[in-house]
Amino acid sequence: MDYSAYLVPLLLAFTAMFGLWKRVNVYDALSLGAKEGLDTLLGILPNLVGLMTAVYMLRASGLMEVLGGLVGPALAKLGIPPETAAMLFIRPVSGSGALAIGSELMAAHGPDSYVGRVAAVMLGSTETTFYTIAVYFGSAGIRKTRYAIPAALIADLTGFMAAALAVRVMFGAG
Amino acid sequence: MAMAWIWTGMIAASVAYGLFNGTIGAVGNAAMEGAAAAVELCLSMAGIMCLWSGVMAVMKASGLMDGLSRLFRPVLTRLLPAACKDPDTLSALSGNVSANLLGLGNAATPLGIQAARRMAKGCGGTASNELCTLVVLNTASIQLLPTTVAGVRAALGSASAFDIVPAVWMASVLSVAAGLLAAKVLGWLWKR
Repeated sequence: MDYSAYLVPLLLAFTAMFGLWKRVNVYDALSLGAKEGLDTLLGILPNLVGLMTAVYMLRASGLMEVLGGLVGPALAKLGIPPETAAMLFIRPVSGSGALAIGSELMAAHGPDSYVGRVAAVMLGSTETTFYTIAVYFGSAGIRKTRYAIPAALIADLTGFMAAALAVRVMFGAG
Repeated sequence: MAMAWIWTGMIAASVAYGLFNGTIGAVGNAAMEGAAAAVELCLSMAGIMCLWSGVMAVMKASGLMDGLSRLFRPVLTRLLPAACKDPDTLSALSGNVSANLLGLGNAATPLGIQAARRMAKGCGGTASNELCTLVVLNTASIQLLPTTVAGVRAALGSASAFDIVPAVWMASVLSVAAGLLAAKVLGWLWKR
């Protein structure tokens, strides 16, 4: 049973009707939001051009496999597929970098494969930790960050392990 | 500046290893392919990204974000009791959490910064326990609909781009819980 098949159409219908009931100009709000989405995308695109170039080069050189081989056994103990090794390292530092590696993984293994799904769930359930910490503490004038970084990285590592676990539980490790 | 080093490192490492491994020809081709793939990916996910940003904007305009904010107030008062004594900080905090949930990054960050600034008053540049908790909450993403990832999956031909949503929720909840627990334990152990 694929309940997510209901999610998209029902959510669209609910949002439209609820908005109209609340006397929102649903159509105007939708197109304004869509424009914001385009702005987000335009912000990502130049970064992705640079980063996907680098990621494809890393993959073609064979270095990505070497990295996977080095840390793979340790990751396998945590239940994390070794193919995602490079993504794990770049995720806390660069959101676009992780998106570049993740989409390359999804393209290479297929978006509905085990590795492809794990990469997608990892991207969806974690944040660009160091960037976020820099923005928040930077603007609040905090210089001594104490344990914020280790605690946030523990959350990230748990997110990665939980992503692999959740995909195994819900879709199998096929 | 960090990204300049990382990017240059990635390029230099792949060229060096390509020369050593005899795959330098493939590395050159891959550079062209990667750049093209980036634009193709963005183009093919543009529709989905725009549609869902639009839907989230409708939800925000309908007052769903305020509703979520009210829902989160009791939770936040428990997590950050000192900060929530100030009603303005509480409203910025709850707005931050609900904007994050709806994936409205442009709305979430300014609210979070506003809350962090108010909470940092009188801290003398050292992060208090509650500030660390706020940062952990924001570095562990909780998003109801991971639209960017779903866009990538749809662009790559997934049969059902949103079927990962329950898995994303499960991973997010576990990750936030671990982060908050770690913050609690480390806050105990860490000297000021």
